[in-house]
Amino acid sequence: MNEARFSGTESYVATPDLMMAVNAAVTLGRPLLVKGEPGTGKTQLAAEIASALQRPLYEWHIKSTSKAQHGLYEYDAVSRLRDSQLGEAKVRDIRNYIMKGSLWEAFESNVQPVLLIDEIDKADIEFPNDLLRELDRMEFFVHETRELIKAAHRPIILITSNNEKELPDAFLRRCFFHYIRFPDAATMEKIVRVHYPALKSELLREALTTFFDVRETPGLRKKPSTSELLDWIKLLLAEDIPPEALRGDDPKKMIPVLYGALLKNEQDVHLFEQLVFLNRRGSR
Amino acid sequence: MLIRFFTDLRAGGVPVTIPEFLSLLEALEARVASLSAEEFYYLARMAMVKDERHFDRFDRVFAEHFEGAEKLFEKLTAELPPEWLQQLTERLLTEEEKRRVEALGGWDKLLETLRQRLREQKGRHEGGNRWIGTAGTSPFGNQGFNPEGVRMGQATSRHRRAVKVWDARDYRNFDDGVELGTRNLKMALRRLRRFAREGAAEELDLDGTIDATARNAGLLDIKLVPERRNAVKLLLLLDVGGSMDPHIKVCEELFSAARAEFKHLEYFYFHNFPYERVWKDNRRRFSVITDTGALLRTFNSDYRVVFVGDATMSPYEIEQPGGSVEHWNEESGRVWMTRIVRHFPRLVWLNPETEDRWEWTPSVAITRELVGDRMFPLTLDGLDRAMRELKHTGTYTSPHVS
Repeated sequence: MNEARFSGTESYVATPDLMMAVNAAVTLGRPLLVKGEPGTGKTQLAAEIASALQRPLYEWHIKSTSKAQHGLYEYDAVSRLRDSQLGEAKVRDIRNYIMKGSLWEAFESNVQPVLLIDEIDKADIEFPNDLLRELDRMEFFVHETRELIKAAHRPIILITSNNEKELPDAFLRRCFFHYIRFPDAATMEKIVRVHYPALKSELLREALTTFFDVRETPGLRKKPSTSELLDWIKLLLAEDIPPEALRGDDPKKMIPVLYGALLKNEQDVHLFEQLVFLNRRGSR
Repeated sequence: MLIRFFTDLRAGGVPVTIPEFLSLLEALEARVASLSAEEFYYLARMAMVKDERHFDRFDRVFAEHFEGAEKLFEKLTAELPPEWLQQLTERLLTEEEKRRVEALGGWDKLLETLRQRLREQKGRHEGGNRWIGTAGTSPFGNQGFNPEGVRMGQATSRHRRAVKVWDARDYRNFDDGVELGTRNLKMALRRLRRFAREGAAEELDLDGTIDATARNAGLLDIKLVPERRNAVKLLLLLDVGGSMDPHIKVCEELFSAARAEFKHLEYFYFHNFPYERVWKDNRRRFSVITDTGALLRTFNSDYRVVFVGDATMSPYEIEQPGGSVEHWNEESGRVWMTRIVRHFPRLVWLNPETEDRWEWTPSVAITRELVGDRMFPLTLDGLDRAMRELKHTGTYTSPHVS
């Protein structure tokens, strides 16, 4: 049991409930399932935990075609068939054709690693169930070589999900769960400061007000997220926009400056244009 | 005490299991959480609630169960023996700070004065220079100006102390028993999307075939994989009685947002109950109508039908010819409904009224019976169930129309 506690890093602001979840998962050796709106830092969390606790990071990014077996190993039967027809010597040992997956590499690490299973809900609905035994006991059996691979050190497993699919109950039982809420204004300020320490407070305040106003607009298709806010601020700094330009007094300026970073949907842009139009008519 | 909390959670609709409860106890034993109500709340939630849909229910049960208990936590910390405090601060304070403490008369005097002030103070206080509080200049308090002070409270979030996290009810919109509205529209959309992506036909899985053939040492082994395309055809029939307007708007938004997911999506309106006419445009509902019979002939039984309506009217509107409140219908609503149900084997009815009120209105019961009990409430959970029902092949056979 290690004494290191996670409390965010200089580049990642963690809320108290997140810190609690990470520390509990690390202490008790359970996987941590993290859900949240896109752009709230779920994937980045793994990198931050690895750097905060000084552990190696193994990443497994799930695609819709991923099978649980890919994370363990893949047996390249086609190469073997081809090599046997060419008469290569290495055909004799099947071990040459077993390609290790992320889980196997994490198990072999001689220091406790951090394993990220990213976007587990993208895969088939049965995917999490196929991993149950591996998650529980941290071991799996390789049929081709008749070996049992056990984890040298129990990895810290972080699983992220975008909530596209329901995850099976048996899988959920074995994990701790954390939902990353969209940060409130105070936390958001901290996050922005972490990324842009030299930002003037006035510009920051105006930008945050505009940002949260945009989020609150009714009927918006896709609300801008934290990463989009950071991109937008970067653009503002690059273009040297003064804070006064962001203030919403002028009805023509209801669409925020450089909105392309915040509004990614043409319906949303149209919505804003309509609001400007209505506002202009209303103020007559 | 925690066992009762566990059973209360289950009674409140949070699906906790015993292993999860045991993992909470394990975590408590491992001293993961410090002695604060908020940390315990986070720990319990993390160990026992595995879906944000249940967060609100957890918050409510937690609030009820631990009502007033958080004061216990505070009392515990206030009763710390002074020697402990002393040892701790001796480790943490710099030399200069220690000298200042001596300047005030040493540790014992400082703590004695603190206790006295605590007794005198009636409530939380800010500013000022005598009482214990925050941002003041008295020797006691948080973020004050007196270097000889003893810090109380936490370094950050002075303002957030007032509201307990579980009382804020932040997760109310995530609950799936709540009625569908603009807020949980996104989640409803996801459900529909899942429903629409069905594997229809089968296509050749090239990679799988190659792989399997190679394993077979060259003997061909064909693998097929279900196609991932949107094959679903949906017909939406919406009730436009006055009481239905706000619900209709939500439904229209929902389904039109999901339009891209469905191969075909059509919608029509009716008033109170489907008769021999439906219409597409509400402003021209008396001039441009579609004959329901024509509807049945145009859309084949592949189409899945979703009715949205509160089914609230006088029973004679359903049972009697001429029962419609707007026009004279030759055949009764029941006859038309039976025809529709017979033509479209996959059909559901979504009712914005809450499920427990359905039995009080006879027309709802009649409608329910006509659709073969396939009536669901207009909540996330009801939408789930309705979609699941629509996925199954139509096993419902309607009774013969007399």
